[in-house]
Amino acid sequence: MEYTLFIVLLPFLSFLFLGLVGKRLTPRAAGYIGTVVLAISTCLSYITAWHYFTTAKVDGVFEKLTPLNFTWLNFTEKLHIDLGILLDPIAVMMLVVITTVSLMVHLYSVGYMHGERGFQRYYAFLSLFTFSMLGLVVATNIFQMYIFWELVGASSYLLIGFDYAHPEAVAASKKAFIVTRFADLGFLVGILILSFYTGTFDFERLTSGDASLFAGMEGLSFMGCSVVSWALALIFMGGAGKSAMFPLHVWLPDAMEGPTPVSALIHAATMVVAGVYLVARLFPVYYLQAPDVLVLVAIVGAVTSLYAAIVACVQTDIKRVLAFSTISQIGFMMVGLGVSGMEGREGLGYMASMFHLFTHAMFKALLFLGAGAIIHAVHSNEMEHMGGLRKYLPITHITFLVACLAIAGIPPFSGFFSKDEILAATFHFNPALGAVMSLTAGLTAFYMFRLYYRIFWNKASHRDHAPREAPGSMTVPLTFLAAATLVAGFIPFGKFVTSDSAEYIIHLDWTVAAASVAVALIAIGIATLFYRRESPIPDRLASSLRGLHAAASRRFYLDDLYLFVTKKIIFNGISKPVAWFDRHVVDGAMNGFATLSQRVSYSIRGFQSGQVQQYVMVILLGVLLIAVLALFI
Amino acid sequence: MNFLSLFVLVPVLMMVGLFLSKNLTQIRAVAVTGASLLLALAVGLVFAYLGERAAGNTSEMLFAADHVWYAPLNIHYSVGVDGISVAMLLLSAIIVFTGVFASWKMEFLEKEFFLWFCLLSTGVFGFFISLDLFTMFMYYEIALIPMYLLIGVWGSGRKEYSAMKLTLMLMAGSALLLLGILGIYYLSGATSMNLLEIARTGVPAASQNWLFPLVFVGFGVLGALFPFHTWSPDGHASAPTAVSMLHAGVLMKLGGYGCFRVAIYLMPQAANELAWIFIILTGVSVVYGAYSAIVQTDLKYINAYSSVSHCGLVLFAILMLNQTAMNGAILQMLSHGLMTALFFALIGMIYGRTHTRDIRQMQGLMKIMPFLGVCYVIAGLASLGLPGLSGFVAEMTIFIGAFIHQDAFHRVFTIIACTSIVITAVYILRVVGKILYGPAADHQHIDAGDARWYERTSTIVLILAIAGIGLAPLWISDMISDSLLPIVQNINL
Amino acid sequence: MEELHLEYYLVASAIMFFAGVYGFITRRNLLAILISIELILNSVDINFALFNRFLFPGQLEGFFFTLFAIGVSACETAVAIAIIINIYRNIRNIQVKNLEQLKD
Repeated sequence: MEYTLFIVLLPFLSFLFLGLVGKRLTPRAAGYIGTVVLAISTCLSYITAWHYFTTAKVDGVFEKLTPLNFTWLNFTEKLHIDLGILLDPIAVMMLVVITTVSLMVHLYSVGYMHGERGFQRYYAFLSLFTFSMLGLVVATNIFQMYIFWELVGASSYLLIGFDYAHPEAVAASKKAFIVTRFADLGFLVGILILSFYTGTFDFERLTSGDASLFAGMEGLSFMGCSVVSWALALIFMGGAGKSAMFPLHVWLPDAMEGPTPVSALIHAATMVVAGVYLVARLFPVYYLQAPDVLVLVAIVGAVTSLYAAIVACVQTDIKRVLAFSTISQIGFMMVGLGVSGMEGREGLGYMASMFHLFTHAMFKALLFLGAGAIIHAVHSNEMEHMGGLRKYLPITHITFLVACLAIAGIPPFSGFFSKDEILAATFHFNPALGAVMSLTAGLTAFYMFRLYYRIFWNKASHRDHAPREAPGSMTVPLTFLAAATLVAGFIPFGKFVTSDSAEYIIHLDWTVAAASVAVALIAIGIATLFYRRESPIPDRLASSLRGLHAAASRRFYLDDLYLFVTKKIIFNGISKPVAWFDRHVVDGAMNGFATLSQRVSYSIRGFQSGQVQQYVMVILLGVLLIAVLALFI
Repeated sequence: MNFLSLFVLVPVLMMVGLFLSKNLTQIRAVAVTGASLLLALAVGLVFAYLGERAAGNTSEMLFAADHVWYAPLNIHYSVGVDGISVAMLLLSAIIVFTGVFASWKMEFLEKEFFLWFCLLSTGVFGFFISLDLFTMFMYYEIALIPMYLLIGVWGSGRKEYSAMKLTLMLMAGSALLLLGILGIYYLSGATSMNLLEIARTGVPAASQNWLFPLVFVGFGVLGALFPFHTWSPDGHASAPTAVSMLHAGVLMKLGGYGCFRVAIYLMPQAANELAWIFIILTGVSVVYGAYSAIVQTDLKYINAYSSVSHCGLVLFAILMLNQTAMNGAILQMLSHGLMTALFFALIGMIYGRTHTRDIRQMQGLMKIMPFLGVCYVIAGLASLGLPGLSGFVAEMTIFIGAFIHQDAFHRVFTIIACTSIVITAVYILRVVGKILYGPAADHQHIDAGDARWYERTSTIVLILAIAGIGLAPLWISDMISDSLLPIVQNINL
Repeated sequence: MEELHLEYYLVASAIMFFAGVYGFITRRNLLAILISIELILNSVDINFALFNRFLFPGQLEGFFFTLFAIGVSACETAVAIAIIINIYRNIRNIQVKNLEQLKD
């Protein structure tokens, strides 16, 4: 299956081509080149998926295939970075997800970005991102993953700051890069620890369940936790940064300053699930070596999920609502992984998490692209400039509704199936956690329908001219993704992607399903009551819970805390004193030394008066002294 | 005539040519021809070296030659290269080449400028090919002295002060160094000053303990070892573009290379015993330089402090005393040399257009000079260690190598050094955000225009080198790693 | 008559020598300093002649050296006076304390 190389390589070539000669091309040509190249990549990855899932099964278990692997850099005899392609069910699934969403976004951007300055550059960056993301998912070893992890971060930086003349976009891109870099520091140290003791970066060896690899770490502990737990927790920190887990999520809402299709691709469907993918990739290691870290993963996921859902209820910028919704949904995936077991039916959480990743990518991309179409029509991100749009944007309206129903978990839309599995797994693990997640699911339904109603129903805001439906290049992806959202739930996912690569027959847990659908319906009902028409209830509710409302709209002051730490502590508290110390103490010491030598030479230069007679006097006295000494000693 | 001696001969011939040339065109012609010849020689040397190695030549130094130069003191002119010197020679040749293009538009005294520039190159190349301690030292001095004039005459700002400070501090370093070298020679009882021979005879362990700090600090001053780095911000800020490039790109590497070739190689026991002191100093300077860079407002100061941080990492890695970390150190020298040269070249070009280096007075330059802007972003990304560019390869090798030590002391300092990747991102992105992005506010910058062809040549060559190492690091990493083997064996004896 | 001992001459030449040194140190006038130097030189010449005469009567090196030194001192005096005259022409003064230009 060597042709899988081209899935990864083609976007890179397209990046080089567009980056180097893009300026000579017309924007239209650049867009078409990017889209066509990606379409080829997408076809190839569909072929790969078909090929893999039909042929790679041996004894009922999907094999891991490595069609390509070569040494890129040697560190020690044991440790070397390889670059290669590893195909296993999750990698293949991710290939499909990434190329699909990316293709949709490429296509959509032709219309959405029409007439923007730097159109060619935009496509170059999109290609770079797609290349990096594809390289990440097919990584054969953890260091290859880290390499592409960083590249993904950089292309995200470039794309968020695409409109570099806007100070907000620049600040957001900087924030995104630095926060994730900080998380990557944890990832890097985790890799260092893990690779030092196991002597390998290779996923296949790490996840083979071979306990002897971890023998070196046996009994070592640091601050009360075993070293392997530390390593895996630090690696999870990297994942948490990229996946915007609490408290490293602060960059994602700001990242919405980027163009909307970019948000759909990077900050909803693909890059932000990299953390989930990372944990899933190393799942056997987590499960066998450090189950305590898995609990941490579950807790972080649950806290993030609930937090983001609460905050999403009060945001007024539609992209920010979607951003918090993304954070919340990724929290669901993390919880799914955290509560999962390894073998057979225990692996429900893992399977559900991957399933949710898959369906979420589709409906969240759809939501963002829909939001893009809305913004395209009304030229604003704020809900108050919308309202009553259902008449003007029929296609967007229907597709957006489909996505909302999916994320709210209403059957038969895809979100219902995947989210329900996660809830079932969570209840199985711990009923209290299950209850929290159910509550979050209810909140999800509420804020999504708040969004839906305030955009498409409610009171129409004053407009100079009627909004127009988006062009075909934008509605085609919307329709395609809506169709995918409708059918994705019926994919027998357990057949393909499971924790132990063996088949898993999904049984719906009807009690959980019924309960969660009921919760969702109630939440939708409340949202309908509040927001379908203009209603005074939400405002009254907000003013009666003023403290909570204010805190939630300020995102519980976390951003302020970050600002305080970076501005006040790092910039003013550390860097300025350090720079002062360097200029005045270290350099001052050097200058002081120079001044001292100068003073000393000034004070002894009196001896060299230039008066020859004085010299002779001294010589004479010296001679006399020597003579006297010679006489008496 | 030895092939390697050409590296010294060509700059000398360039000087003769410059001396005879009558106008700017001729000066440029001589400089470009000479620099291209050097680059061709260096590339040729890489292939010749790899060819010899592939053919199974396993001697420690290749293309070695030895002539008695001054018999009474046993001074020889002896040359030879291993993978490390080859890498350094390649770096120097690239930077001299790009430096010539970066100083295409010299304002005054062009001939003299290039004369001193060539003398400097002579010293640099001579240093890297030398195997004899004395000739090494001599070339070291040849490389340092022209710096005083180059900064003092062609510099900007407080140039006399900076030039004097730089020269005095580096001279103080070389005084220590001379003492150390003589000590090594006399106490080892070797019959010549040849490095390999001294390594064989060995320096008595008791004297190593005082010789090692002398030599390490002596070279360390040039390698921006904390707290002897303060010449670097002032010196770089005042130096003309090409001199900054050559100084940060190559001359600071002389320090690292010397620490490694003389201090560590000849005095392994002391290195093992005393490394901890210098690990503390270098570990501090990695983070300290980075934090200092965050608040600077002058582009050159930012880059100078960034160099302190990156060069600190070089010395830090050397002191880890194992093959992987040292390999990383050499890679970091290469990578830092290339990207800092790129930075200084770009800063010079930007300064030439905006007439300020204060980041608070620049905004939105990306719109006005897109080529330079993109190059600056690439340099920045290389500096913060983006995979696919050279910085990543070097840093990761260093971290993996440093992590091999299992004790808490090394671990703590390794993790401290790792945090620099975050701080680096902060100051790089801060500058990029401030000067390149945002609306183009200042109208007097607008007609500044983008890079000219000679500026493009200079930056493109550097970017190609950075990306080349970053994308396909295996050959150069292996070349260096193989050459490190004898040195590491010497340490572990 | 008592024979004239070497010591008497030496005492005389020593007095001359120290008179010269004293003059060299204390005089402020260049000509006086020059005269003092002549005194020192002559006292040394006397010693050369004396030692040759009293200690090595058969040889002539001491006398030769004396003559040689007288010749050299004559040249030296000529040069010195030339310098002094030049100084006088430049600064209208031959006081030592005024000659400070070389210092800077």
